[in-house]
Amino acid sequence: MLRRRTRMNPTAVRRPIQPPPVVASPFPFHPGSLLSIEDLSLQGLSHILSRASALESMDPLERARILAKRRIALLFYESSTRTRTSFELAAKGLGADTTLVSSLSSSIEKGESLKDTGLTLRALGAEAIILRHASSGAPWLLEAETRLPILNAGDGMHEHPTQALLDLRTMLQDLRPGVETITPETFAGITVTVVGDILHSRVARSNMLLLPKLGARVIFCGPRELLPEMAAQAGPGVSVERDFEAALKQSQVVMMLRIQAERLAGLQVDLDEYKVRYQLNGERQARLAPEALVLHPGPIIRGLELTADVADGPRSAILQQIRNGVAIRMAVVERALLTAANEGGRA
Amino acid sequence: MTALLIRGGHLIDPSAGVDAPKDILLKDGRVAEISSPGKSKLANGAEVLDASGLTVAPGLIDMHVHLREPGQGYKETIASGTAAAAAGGFTAVAAMPNTAPVNDSTEITRWMLSPERGAVVRVFPIAAATRGMKGETLNDFAALKAAGAVAISDDGKPILKDSVMRETLVAAARVGLSVIQHAEDTRMTVGASMNAGPMAFKLGLRGMSNEAESSIVERDIRLVTELRDARSHLHVAHVSTAAAIAAVRQARRNGLRVTCEVAPHHFLLTEEHVGMYNTHAKMCPPLRSAADRDAMIEAILDGVVDAIATDHAPHAVHEKEIEFERAPNGITGLETALGLSLRWLHKEWKLPLGRVLSLLSAQPAALLGMKGRGALTVGSFGDVVVFDPKAEWTYRAAEGKSKSRNTPFDGWTMQGKVQWTISEGRIAYAAPRS
Repeated sequence: MLRRRTRMNPTAVRRPIQPPPVVASPFPFHPGSLLSIEDLSLQGLSHILSRASALESMDPLERARILAKRRIALLFYESSTRTRTSFELAAKGLGADTTLVSSLSSSIEKGESLKDTGLTLRALGAEAIILRHASSGAPWLLEAETRLPILNAGDGMHEHPTQALLDLRTMLQDLRPGVETITPETFAGITVTVVGDILHSRVARSNMLLLPKLGARVIFCGPRELLPEMAAQAGPGVSVERDFEAALKQSQVVMMLRIQAERLAGLQVDLDEYKVRYQLNGERQARLAPEALVLHPGPIIRGLELTADVADGPRSAILQQIRNGVAIRMAVVERALLTAANEGGRA
Repeated sequence: MTALLIRGGHLIDPSAGVDAPKDILLKDGRVAEISSPGKSKLANGAEVLDASGLTVAPGLIDMHVHLREPGQGYKETIASGTAAAAAGGFTAVAAMPNTAPVNDSTEITRWMLSPERGAVVRVFPIAAATRGMKGETLNDFAALKAAGAVAISDDGKPILKDSVMRETLVAAARVGLSVIQHAEDTRMTVGASMNAGPMAFKLGLRGMSNEAESSIVERDIRLVTELRDARSHLHVAHVSTAAAIAAVRQARRNGLRVTCEVAPHHFLLTEEHVGMYNTHAKMCPPLRSAADRDAMIEAILDGVVDAIATDHAPHAVHEKEIEFERAPNGITGLETALGLSLRWLHKEWKLPLGRVLSLLSAQPAALLGMKGRGALTVGSFGDVVVFDPKAEWTYRAAEGKSKSRNTPFDGWTMQGKVQWTISEGRIAYAAPRS
C-alpha cells in the first residue's frame, strides 16, 4: 500500500493505492509430494514422526509388503552419499523397486531437459520421483510437468525437507524423549544455532522454516560472506549473530555446516580466520555449551568446521541423524505412494 | 482503399488537447480531416468505420520491444511481433538490437525495414552503440540514422566503461539520436536470477541488488552532467528501483535531458509474484520489492516517468519450461500493455485517460523524434487506435498474436478492448466479431 505523493502537488488528496493481489501457490499439485518442509502442517509432521517409529520397529518382511513392487525413481543431478543411500534403503525396505538415474550415466548428459527426463521416468512406470538437483526450485518444475508425487532430496541452495525432518527426530529423541505429537510449544525455550555457510545451505533454510513453528528460536551464525544480514528477515523466530561464542552460550542445539566450496561462485573465504572464529572444538564446547546437542548434516570436514573430538564426542548426534534418515524417509516414501491424488492439495 | 472515415467516436489526443466527439478521415496514409460528428466534407466514397461509443486516439507507440529477427524467428518474427503490436493497439514499435547477429550495421537495419519482413505496423530499429554490443568500438551512428535507426543502445549488455559511454553520448548527440541504457552493472549480477532480498534468500537464488541498477543510472547522469555542452539525451530503459527513479528525478530538476520508461510489470508486480519459481515472472531488471513497485506507481502519477514501454521479450515455450536459474529473462507485453494500464493506472489509481494515452503515444514519439506520430492533426500519419475504454475482458495468452506465450498476465482482467488499429491509413488489426 502506498499513499500518493503530495510534495509535487500539495492540493492532491492523499489516498491509499491498492496493488493487484498475489495469487496463492498451486503447489503441491500432488498431496503425496514433499517439496518444501512448509508443505507439512504440525499434524502432518506428527504423522510422519509416528510412522517413522512404527516402520522402524516393524518386522522387515511385513514392512516389505507395504509398497511391494511399486516403482520409485531416484533422480540425482548431484552427488550424494547419505541422502541417496537412505532414500534407496527406505524405499527398498518398504518393498518398492527403485531405479537410480544420475546425471553422469544417463541422457541428461546428452542435453535432455528435466521435464523430458521426468516424463520418461513416468512413462517407464515410476509412481514417484525422488529428486536431488543443483538448481533451486527444480522439484517444483518436475512436479508441475509430471504431476507425480515428488520428494525433494535437496534443491540447490533452497530446501532439503527430509533433512529437516530427520534433524527434528534427532532433536526430539534427545530433548523431548518419547514425544512424537508436536505442538507450537514443543520446543519452547530451545535455541538452535546454525553455524557456517548459511547462504548456500538448503539444510539451514528448511530448518529455519520448520523449527520456529515448534517454538524454537533459530540463530544463524557465520561471517558476512556466508550469511547475509537479510537472513534475519527470512521468517519469524530467526535472528543473526556474528559472534559464535555469544550464540553458543545460549544454545541447546548447535548445527554445524560445511563450507560449500562448489557453490562459492568466486567468493573468497579465509579458512584460517574462519576456523578461529567459527570452528566448534572441544575447548569451546566444554567452556560454552557442554550440554548442547551437536548436529551436522554431513559430509563433515574434520578439522575445519568441527574437530574430531567434537564429532566423535558424547554430545555428537551425527550418526544418529543418519540412522534417523532411513526411518524418516520410509515414512515420507510411504506417504508419497499411499496418499491418493484426490485427497486435495496443501496440508 | 485510399480513404477511411472513423465516424462517431470520441477523440482523445492529449498532445493536441482534444477530448471531444470527432470524425476522422484518413487518406493516403495521412490524416486528411478532423471534423465534428457528421460534418466531414471530404469523406465521399471513403470506407466507414463506425466508432460510436468508442474512443479514438493516436496509435500507441512502444519504444522498447524485442522482435527477435534476424536470427531467432522461432521466438518471434517481425511479422508476428507487429501483429501482436497491432492487436495491442500499437502502430509503432522500436526494436532493440539484441538480434542474432546484433543490429550494429546499416545492412541489418535496412533488412529489418524491408517490406519482405511483413510488418503490419511501423518498426523503428534501435541500433547497437558498439560493434557486436561488446562495449568497445563505437558504430557509425550517422550511417545508422540514415538507414533508419531512431536511437542507440547496447540493450541487455549495458556500456560499463565510462570512456565508451562518454563517447557514445557525444557521438549520438552529434547526430541527434538518444542513447538508451539498460541500467545494470553486470559485474554485480553474475549468476543472479531475481531481485536481491529476503525473497531471494528464502528461495535460494542469487539476487540482483538495487545498486546494480541505480549505480549505472547515477554514473550515466554524472557523464551527462559533465557533457552538458554536448546536449546529450540519456533515456533510462525499464526503470525498476526507487533509487534509480530518484536519480532521474534529480537529474531533471537539474535541467538535464534525462528521461525514463517503466514497464507494466514493474508498476504492477513484485518479487512475490515469482511465487515458486515461475519463469514467466523472470525478467531483467527483475520484479522488485513492494516499495520499489510503489515508487514506480508514484513516479508515473507525478509525471517523472516519460513513457510506458513493454520490453516485449518473447521466448519459446521450451525455453521457459526449465529450471528458474537457467531460464532466459523476459516476458511478452505488447498485447497487455493498454489493458493493464487502463485497468490499473486509469481505473484503479485514477490517472486521467489522456495521461495514460500520452505515456503510450505522444511522449514516446517525442522521445524518439518520430515526426507526425503520437498525435492526430491534419497531415500527421494515419496511425490510430479505436477502443472501447470501458470494456473488461480476460487476456488469454494462447489466443494471442505473438509467437510466444511467456507472460505472467495470462487470465488477468484487462480494461479497454481494441476494436481497430490503423497503421498509416490501413487497418492492421480488427477485433474478431463477438
